[in-house]
Amino acid sequence: MNLLTIIVFDAINYAATLFLLSVGLTVVFGVMRILNVSHGGIYALGAYMGTWLALLVLEVDLPPVLTYAMLLLGALIVGFLLGPIIERLLLRRIYGSDMHIQLLLTFSILLILDDSMKLIWGMEPLFISEPYSMLGRFKVGGIIYPWYDFVLVGVSVVFGGALVWMVRATRFGKLVIAVIHDREVSRAIGINVNLVFTVAFTVGALAAALGGAFVAPKIAVVPQFALEVVVLAFAVIAIGGMGSIEGAAIGAVIVSFARALAIHLAPELELMVVYLIMILVLVIRPEGLFGEAELRRI
Amino acid sequence: MTHWMDWRALPRAGVVAAALLILVPPFLPGWILFVLTKAMFMFIAVMGVSVLLRGGLLTFGHALYYATGAYAVGFCIKWLGVRELLFLIPLGALAGFIMAALVGIVMARYREVFFAMLNLAFSMMLFGALLKLYWITGGTDGLAIGTATLAGIALPGDSYGYYYFALTMVGIVTLVVYRFMASPAGYFLRAMYDNEIRIEYSGVAVRQVVYRTYLLAGTLGGVAGVLAAFTIGHIVPEDAFWIQSGEFVFVALLGVFGGVPGPMLGALVFEFLQTYASKYFPLAWQMMMGIIMLLIILFQPGGLWAIYQRIEARITGKDRGGDHH
Repeated sequence: MNLLTIIVFDAINYAATLFLLSVGLTVVFGVMRILNVSHGGIYALGAYMGTWLALLVLEVDLPPVLTYAMLLLGALIVGFLLGPIIERLLLRRIYGSDMHIQLLLTFSILLILDDSMKLIWGMEPLFISEPYSMLGRFKVGGIIYPWYDFVLVGVSVVFGGALVWMVRATRFGKLVIAVIHDREVSRAIGINVNLVFTVAFTVGALAAALGGAFVAPKIAVVPQFALEVVVLAFAVIAIGGMGSIEGAAIGAVIVSFARALAIHLAPELELMVVYLIMILVLVIRPEGLFGEAELRRI
Repeated sequence: MTHWMDWRALPRAGVVAAALLILVPPFLPGWILFVLTKAMFMFIAVMGVSVLLRGGLLTFGHALYYATGAYAVGFCIKWLGVRELLFLIPLGALAGFIMAALVGIVMARYREVFFAMLNLAFSMMLFGALLKLYWITGGTDGLAIGTATLAGIALPGDSYGYYYFALTMVGIVTLVVYRFMASPAGYFLRAMYDNEIRIEYSGVAVRQVVYRTYLLAGTLGGVAGVLAAFTIGHIVPEDAFWIQSGEFVFVALLGVFGGVPGPMLGALVFEFLQTYASKYFPLAWQMMMGIIMLLIILFQPGGLWAIYQRIEARITGKDRGGDHH
């Protein structure tokens, strides 16, 4: 019974992390039909920037509460800076290209981001524990849990909810859906498709940076976790259905439960189990659980 | 439009390249020989990526096969004490082939993003396994390989003999790839790049074509892994890591439209670039790769090969026309 509680709590925590990590990837793919491999790089950069700013606050003896603001600020800087730059300067040139060219372009951005972080922050891991430890802990069934994990669950629920609301209930959301369905017709009826793309990509980058910044206090930020992160995010959105926000949430929950079960019951399988589920889902239902099958066009 | 297997392109570029690779190395210092040997196995691995790319299939996980070949050698040496190249090369090829035969069952169903990312997922699974099953694989320490033998005679990885052995393998691989690209599967693969569904409507089992190409690519990866293991003398889980796959893709992109000479040019440029970069900018090597890739994608989609063709056209005074699909 106790083990079950632990597994459920672990899974919920991890699901929040996974959702924050992958929701941006699915938004960008949904609107632009580009799998942004550099997503992991933006995520890592968000983590670095947030952690670095927060450490700065502690260094000059400001109240540690400000570290939360700094994490947020770091994410905003990275998201609002990198998002438009990457979309305007680079992605815009390859919208009409083959899929593999688009993948290679975002992959090369990842390589560049990955090394920039090494050059800026060095090879040593960056670690800040204050935002994590300040909130205290509570006890469930004899196990101690930090509150921070539940703040993270809250953040991801609010963020996911806001995104779904934006797509479903606002005027901009309707424009986005129109663009998703038919770019050319949207352009013909006067929708600024370029703007929609820039906003969508920036939202994706922002989501990645936010995820990175707020997960950072739970882990040590080390170089080269950028691509592992994007593979994991891809697994999550492939399970849920690429381009679906709800799918990303479901994918995150499934993957995190599987991982929690594996960690407590068969630890060697921790990494394998994620990909096994992904392969299983894709073999049975290639468009993912929430995805729509694409029409084949000649 | 010129043919991918442009035989007219061969006499000049291919023959000159082959002659240089055969005749020049004895006059070169040892470190250049080492770099050249590395370029040989890099070329063999990249041929696999390149052939897939000709069908519009991009893989971010080809290191899976490279590591499979390398660890096949590692286990053979660890458990059997066998170092014979005449046995290990076919073994590596077989290991790559079997791995590709299994993974390919899943992979042949997927294209584009899914193909690229599923390959990546499989290679990360192998990386995880190599890392975690340390009592078999040696974990992060990897396995020591030592010196190979050829028909019983010791052949150190940095010797001229080993270089010529690797060059012979390059020759064999080149022939096999030419044969494949000239086969019906090879033609359909190229046609798939333009329009897969039309190929299917004309009655071709596209999955079969993808599967066969995948088997070829996996086998080449295995062979490259065997050669790499003896050249470097040590194998580590990073051989299956995504950065390794990324380097294959990078080299393939450098020379993708040059048939066989293109990837060779790419592999040579890559190895020298890496040798200098790791000496002068060890932390910015990936960034350099990324920037070069960006520039190629945005401004020079034909890769180095297109640059070479332009130079050649200027020298000979005639334009043979590019070969950009």
